[in-house]
Amino acid sequence: MKMSGAQMVCEALIAEGVTTVFGYPGGAIMNVYDAIYKQNGFEHILNRHEQAAVHAADGYARATGRVGVAMVTSGPGFTNAVTGLATAYMDSIPLVVISGQVPLSLIGTDGFQEVDAVGISRPCTKHNYLVDNIEDLPRILKEAFYIASSGRPGPVLVDIPKDITAEYGIFKYPTEVNIPTYRPSYKGNDRQIKKAVEAIMEAKKPLLYLGGGVVLGNASDLVREFAKLTQIPAVETLMARGVMGHENPLLQGMLGMHGNYASNMAMSETDLIISLGARFDDRVTGKLSEFAKYAQIIHIDIDPANIGKLVDVDFPIVGDVSEVLHKMTSLLVGNVNPDRYQAWREILARYNELHPLTYNDSDEVIKPQWVIQRIGELLGEQAIITSDVGQHQMWAAQFYPFDRPRQWINSGGLGTMGFGFPAALGAKRGVPEKTVINITGDGSILMNMQELVTAAEYKIPVINVILNNQFLGMVRQWQTFFYEKRYSETDLSFQPNFKALAEACGGIGYDVTTKKEFDDALKDAIKQDKVCFMNVAVHRFENVLPMVPAGGALYNMLLEHKDQ
Amino acid sequence: MQEVRRVISAIVMNESSVLARVSGLFAGRGYNIESLTVAPIPNSDLSRITIVTKGNQRIIEQIIKQLNKLISTLKVIEHEEMVEKEMVLIKFPASEHLGDIQALCQTYNGGIVNAGEHMIIAMAADESRRIEHFIEAAQRYNPLEIVRGGIVAIER
Repeated sequence: MKMSGAQMVCEALIAEGVTTVFGYPGGAIMNVYDAIYKQNGFEHILNRHEQAAVHAADGYARATGRVGVAMVTSGPGFTNAVTGLATAYMDSIPLVVISGQVPLSLIGTDGFQEVDAVGISRPCTKHNYLVDNIEDLPRILKEAFYIASSGRPGPVLVDIPKDITAEYGIFKYPTEVNIPTYRPSYKGNDRQIKKAVEAIMEAKKPLLYLGGGVVLGNASDLVREFAKLTQIPAVETLMARGVMGHENPLLQGMLGMHGNYASNMAMSETDLIISLGARFDDRVTGKLSEFAKYAQIIHIDIDPANIGKLVDVDFPIVGDVSEVLHKMTSLLVGNVNPDRYQAWREILARYNELHPLTYNDSDEVIKPQWVIQRIGELLGEQAIITSDVGQHQMWAAQFYPFDRPRQWINSGGLGTMGFGFPAALGAKRGVPEKTVINITGDGSILMNMQELVTAAEYKIPVINVILNNQFLGMVRQWQTFFYEKRYSETDLSFQPNFKALAEACGGIGYDVTTKKEFDDALKDAIKQDKVCFMNVAVHRFENVLPMVPAGGALYNMLLEHKDQ
Repeated sequence: MQEVRRVISAIVMNESSVLARVSGLFAGRGYNIESLTVAPIPNSDLSRITIVTKGNQRIIEQIIKQLNKLISTLKVIEHEEMVEKEMVLIKFPASEHLGDIQALCQTYNGGIVNAGEHMIIAMAADESRRIEHFIEAAQRYNPLEIVRGGIVAIER
């Protein structure tokens, strides 16, 4: 069928089953927006900033498991989107971002709103395309969705010059892709799998080290089954919260810089790490030379470049977590003796009794951890929790009772402040039946607060719980510990009126200073079903603990909570 | 870990941004490039990129994996048993003795490729180490300009 490049974009999105596109128009992408106006196959959400549009598509992808789609114009539209691309890239989130570009004849002339989008985005996309021929457009769009969602997922940028979207061509959307240079491995080497299984049966202190790849690969049920069969204890990374479920007795908690004592000690004392979709990030390992010194390592990852990148691996297995686990489970059924690891489980249980994850609650001032726990008590499984970056993020990861994967959405790799609110909009659009709560701080929320307008316009009732300590809290904490309390540029006590701000944009605001007020506000917010800012005054100097100082060994944690 | 020198060939799609993807990967991840040559592979839509790099075993392994990870890469060859050649062009003043230069070039798989009123241009193609010897030996004929090519390699 003959149609314009702009129509092809719309038809391709519809053929891919896209129902929601997040974006912001501008000169170079106008042809596509004209085609969007004329179609009714998908809805378009007008975010109020391109960064937020990409984060919203990202939140949508994380909550649903489908490919998120964002659309921006050339030049500043694209550069605003870069943080969103980099955020998705670091956490392996499948996105297709379509950007307008100046006409082909103007490329390279420093045209108005021209920027080298493929050049800038090369290191923060899985792949990118500059379309220079209308005949290639359908194939490129098909490939973009395939590359974004296969293998190790990631964002793909398709940069389309304005004359290509205006031009007419034959549209025949491919049903298959054929990229001879791109063949992800899913199966896992059978011999390595067999050897890994033998190592598991010989180990005394094996440990499941679960990463975000388990969530991305939808392997949570298989992981739980594997753990149940073998009775091997598990630790989760920040990106894997929810995989085991908080009530699972085998789950020790989250490990890493702000992991709990038992998890970090488990990692330090294990004799066999079974790494599933995790990548030995520096926030997880602490000092590498002291990391898991007694352990052999089984590393299962779909991306071969993750294996052996930071630590030497004894059993490298390149493959999809589900496929590999499935094979391992079938080899272990009837052969593994769960009692073998009983002594190990008892050691970890003692560690948990010795130093449970805790905080000193107070009746005078709200403690941020209490807020998280309270949301957990009131909403539990019913909520999707997004977060920004900083102390509130770590408290949410530590204290929320996550029950399932995709319930916890945060920027783990890049650590992008301003991620939470737009991501929450995307998550709510993708999973409308859940209550979506963005746990944020008084620093982060200002970085995409314009999304109040988006949320109000489209009636996306996201609840923003601002843990307001009038500080850029995590940086302040480091200044307290490592910079002799020189609070350089972290005092945020000059603040907007958050309640009025929300109201000015068509939302609801709450000022909360007591536990009772918090309960009332949360109940009201759920009833009102409108976007809101809940400004919760919390203890100013509360620290996130335990903490492994940067560059320190994982087993050397600061544990004590001393009120300042 | 010990630093080693490696010659790596990447067979990639012959498309506009592919060299930027490869060189950007090296720059962005802090890998070192000692030499890089690119040329299309005849009768195909592929190009061969030959890279000489240095690093410890973990870095070399990462380079190969990261190159493989690029969507445009068909395969990556870490050369072990190879024939490796580099080319050099040297310009000498015409006042130098043509016969001596000719004899020197022949020792290094080369010859005189151009001789004019003002200058003589000589070339040699050999292993990098021998090319360095050649350049050293050429110094006594007052070279005006030296142009080294990158390294190409083929597995034996």
